Amino acid sequence: MRRADAIAAVLARLGDELVVAANGWISRETCQASDRDANFYMLGSMGLAAPVALGLALTRPERRAVVFDGDGNLLMTLGTLAMIGDLQPPNFFHIVFDNEVYGSTGGQRAASAHIALDALARAAGYVDVRRAVTEAELDVAVDAMLAGIGPSFLLVKVEAEANGRAPRVPHEPDVIARRIRAAVGAA
Amino acid sequence: MNRSEAFVALLRDTGFDFFTGVPDSTFQPLLAEFASRPELGYVTAVSENVAVGIATGAYLGGKRPVIFMQNSGLALAMNALGSLAAIYRIPILLIVGWRGHDGSDSPEHKLIGAATPALLDSLRLPYFVPDRDSLPSDVARAAQTLDAQQMPCALVCRPGVVC
Repeated sequence: MRRADAIAAVLARLGDELVVAANGWISRETCQASDRDANFYMLGSMGLAAPVALGLALTRPERRAVVFDGDGNLLMTLGTLAMIGDLQPPNFFHIVFDNEVYGSTGGQRAASAHIALDALARAAGYVDVRRAVTEAELDVAVDAMLAGIGPSFLLVKVEAEANGRAPRVPHEPDVIARRIRAAVGAA
Repeated sequence: MNRSEAFVALLRDTGFDFFTGVPDSTFQPLLAEFASRPELGYVTAVSENVAVGIATGAYLGGKRPVIFMQNSGLALAMNALGSLAAIYRIPILLIVGWRGHDGSDSPEHKLIGAATPALLDSLRLPYFVPDRDSLPSDVARAAQTLDAQQMPCALVCRPGVVC
């Protein structure tokens, strides 16, 4: 499965969920597929998509927060898994698009090539842990995950690609922040 | 009311309503106060850069966040402050314990202690260095600065100033 197709497939199954997209190609492809006001695009700060989504989930318990993470991103702040398992936010849904490389910097190998991130999430205390390799599995897994109670973790195995095609996120960072604040009624 | 209770009341009266951070011995009594009052919702972060991410998410959700950290953690969080909080215009109050402020601390605090004001200056983040008497007025000034500049602002606190 191509990552851009996987991201578009997940977005097509979402309603009013808040989405925090990791920096690099994940933010670009999310923006290209569906530029929703409830999307927050990380432009830098690798590793912090899940913490941002955790802050949203804790302060907006009536909304569901979904992270579009990358394997390299998650590995950078792996301790966040333990925080989420400890805090048990029921509205936190963690989707990791795992291509087993650092795809935004040229495809250098990542530890996720041999380390099962979903097994780490299960050990950390996520209550619902799934894995999808095909698009059919992804559709089923997203619907099942969002029908349940979090914290949930969905590992999506995607192809390592030499180059993505999505353009840069066109919005200024302060505009990205203002949009999602308005979408949650905070502004 | 002890000093920790008074400081929590000061922060809440000033409008702050989300608290996270990484433990620092400078704030030990204050952290015990948070631990004894779960209704305050203090979130213990695994690292200071993660705390900046959590506080950013809390602001996006409508809160006025505070992060407690040691200055060693400020050094760790530099990228999160520079490439997330500052450029997205996220007002976060950073309450930074200043180890090594006078050069007489243990070896691991000497360089970072001396560099602490320069770290904040290098990211053009406003900050105040309160003493015990000026703490209430400096919290008020920091809150005004957050509103005016819409970016993180720090209170750099020597041991004994806050609690």
